[in-house]
Amino acid sequence: MTEHVVIIGGGTGGTVLANDLADRLEPELDAGDVRVTLVNDDSEHVYKPVWLYVPFGQREPDDGRRPLDDLVDDAVDLRIDRVTGIDTESQRLRFSGGAPPVGYDYLVLATGSTLEPDQIPGLAEGGYNFYSESGATDLRDEFLEFTEGELVLSVIGTPHMCPAAPLEFVFMADDWLRERGLREAVDITYTYPIQRVHGNPHIAEWARPLMEERDIQVETFFNAESIDPEAETITSMEGTELDYDLLVTIPPHGGVDLIEEAGLGDDGWVDVDKHTLEAEAAENVYALGDTADTGVPNAGSVAHYQAGVVGQRLASEIRGRPATATYDGKTLCFIETGMDAASFVEFDYENPPSPAPPSEKLHWSKLAYNESYWLTARGLL
Amino acid sequence: MTDIDHDETVDARGAACPGPLMDLIGTVRSSESGDVIRLLSDNEQSLTDVPEWAEKAGNELLAVEEFDDYNAFYVEKA
Repeated sequence: MTEHVVIIGGGTGGTVLANDLADRLEPELDAGDVRVTLVNDDSEHVYKPVWLYVPFGQREPDDGRRPLDDLVDDAVDLRIDRVTGIDTESQRLRFSGGAPPVGYDYLVLATGSTLEPDQIPGLAEGGYNFYSESGATDLRDEFLEFTEGELVLSVIGTPHMCPAAPLEFVFMADDWLRERGLREAVDITYTYPIQRVHGNPHIAEWARPLMEERDIQVETFFNAESIDPEAETITSMEGTELDYDLLVTIPPHGGVDLIEEAGLGDDGWVDVDKHTLEAEAAENVYALGDTADTGVPNAGSVAHYQAGVVGQRLASEIRGRPATATYDGKTLCFIETGMDAASFVEFDYENPPSPAPPSEKLHWSKLAYNESYWLTARGLL
Repeated sequence: MTDIDHDETVDARGAACPGPLMDLIGTVRSSESGDVIRLLSDNEQSLTDVPEWAEKAGNELLAVEEFDDYNAFYVEKA
């Protein structure tokens, strides 16, 4: 009997896993003993880290897009469609447009994050962001002409994609404005919802002095409650009001409704064993990347490493062997600290991050990785 | 055992910092003034995070109840 593995989501986690399985299970796929289907609702794969560079005019959104068909191994069935229901009892999936349901033996959820700006009144009208293609280009159009006033970056809620990106944006903006001779005409303020500048205390302790050196103002315990686009003010639940001329926000994030409807977790995140990545509420279901509620950052490197673990576990299960591979929380992250310098962190569940001194070499390493990312997506790196 | 009535419980046991505080903030955000939220957290950091945030935000921390392996925080929205 053919074992059917279905992966929902063609982002980093889903694509790396599909290619990992194509390689790992090549004999079984060739023999027709296994079938792997990757379902995505868009025919293109998006590499979101490119968006950080768009507002500075350094990259174009198209630099972060490739047809999934070019990235995914031919041994994988690629289905461009939207899953509308998951029945974990009968192990079946429903699709949009009345297509017949499809059964699975193993299901992997890699559905990622979605932006929910409507949670905050005024955010959609008043705030720019670089967390979507249209957001990044809209911000670029505004930012390239911004020469003076109050620049506020507000992190609204966590978890959000790429926890380092808000720090990167203000460090890059500071440097970019200095290079253009505009820094003295622009005040930069960074807000964060808890009492430090980043969720991870070690990264927060490293970043805070850099922000002081660079004259970046900080407002902590700032949870945006509303934005008044007319008055150009942002007000927090804690009662602080800030004026802005240009507001850049990290909008609230959520997962997909599908997951909550299937009883797999709240807010679109799947409750999983943080080591095995198996769903707690259903058999034969895994989750990885942003979708898996593990407490590690929503980062591409996390999805990449988790895909390797899920690939090994699925191959073991399909071959009737005990699944022994586990995820240890490994996360790698470059952190831009300006337009030509970056830091780097590596950490896991047991070992905290220790940010490297910023250097030009690390900045170029980050840019080099961005170029070679397509090898990661293909499962080669 | 406290006898404080609460309108909602947020079970953040097992969540890494700042998960419990952010879960509490998210629930307070969608609550009505006067609602009492009970936060369950086994994260030690919550013992400082939650009182500091409640004070900063003007909400009242009514009680902290200690159990063997977690704490329960009762926060009333201002």
